Amino acid sequence: MSNTEWSLWEVFIRSKQGLDHKHVGSLHAADAQMAIENARDVYTRRMEGVSIWVVESKNIHASNPTEAGALYDPANDKAYRHPTFYHLPDELKHM
Amino acid sequence: MEKDFEKIFQDKIDQEIKIEPRDWMPEKYRQTLIRQISQHAHSEIVGMLPEGNWITRAPNLRRKAILLAKVQDEAGHGLYLYSAAETLGISRDEMYEQLHSGKAKYSSIFNYPTLTWADIGAIGWLVDGAAIMNQVPLCRTSFGPYARAMVRICKEESFHQRQGFEILLTLSKGTEAQKRMAQDAIDRWWWPSIMMFGPTDDESPNTLQSMQWKIKRFTNDELRQKFIDVCAEQIKVLGLVIPDKDLKWNESTGHYDFGKINWDEFWQVVQGNGPCNKQRLETRKKAWEEGAWVREAANAYAEKRKQRQTVTAA
Repeated sequence: MSNTEWSLWEVFIRSKQGLDHKHVGSLHAADAQMAIENARDVYTRRMEGVSIWVVESKNIHASNPTEAGALYDPANDKAYRHPTFYHLPDELKHM
Repeated sequence: MEKDFEKIFQDKIDQEIKIEPRDWMPEKYRQTLIRQISQHAHSEIVGMLPEGNWITRAPNLRRKAILLAKVQDEAGHGLYLYSAAETLGISRDEMYEQLHSGKAKYSSIFNYPTLTWADIGAIGWLVDGAAIMNQVPLCRTSFGPYARAMVRICKEESFHQRQGFEILLTLSKGTEAQKRMAQDAIDRWWWPSIMMFGPTDDESPNTLQSMQWKIKRFTNDELRQKFIDVCAEQIKVLGLVIPDKDLKWNESTGHYDFGKINWDEFWQVVQGNGPCNKQRLETRKKAWEEGAWVREAANAYAEKRKQRQTVTAA
């Protein structure tokens, strides 16, 4: 097996000024410049974007899905973080 | 060349196209935003102090959990905003340094003390209410990262105002002493809250440029009037009064008239002579200095973990 396989890059596209870059997929490229050019060809052929970010996949650190229960548990019992938790009179406007 | 860039830039603004960090922008636009966003971030951080004062003394567990969640949100809002400012090329440490040295300002409202539990209600209703009035239009501000941070913040902010109003409503239905406490808090927080919108339009030299760049969408006086109109109605639900004898519905303008604002007091507090300026800044600096060992320890631990991984890999 050759060790010259191009590295994997994650691609993020901003579809419109003012919106966040969103993850759209990944591709292989030899360096960042090539990754951007490839991303343009693969992911923006129909004018899907105005800006591209590429990040080498090995630089993405992710939470472990099997630990999701414990990770998000602290938010489960805090209904008071939501505005609907508070019962206020109907005549109160603009709040 | 510079002129062409400026024209393209202004054209984008006029067409409601957001400016993103890597786009060309006038230096003054960048500096104005760094000042405004960092000041906004500092306000969120310092804003935790007056409310934090009551966490251990909240009247019951429900109120305590809510207040904790609210103060936690303020910390989060500070972080969203610091990150938005960082996209303009200033570092987090530089911003902290500006806050701690007194070079950067934060909202003067946080230089007032929280004397009773009712103050927590008044802060939620009036201070957060004024902040929301200011922040909702900022969701459409011209700089993308700032606008996106504001969308998150506004979504989270709405419970803050409601919990404050609920505190006041509960007190207003309570004993005479509780009613008096609620009224006293409103008496002390009303005027500083309407000063939160900043100097009047004719005393606010940066407004014109900020409006042209669509950093701001409404002037200070417009937002202040809107806020007063809303509060003058909401107070009726509480059965309490706003401490302004000149507050009166004006049929011809379709707005409430209001009394004269004490701008001397406003400038005194801005210049550092408010009741708690010194205390707030000292508390903030102390927290930063006494937290130094945590930052160092985390770095040392990360370094150790990296070395361990290198050894395992080898």
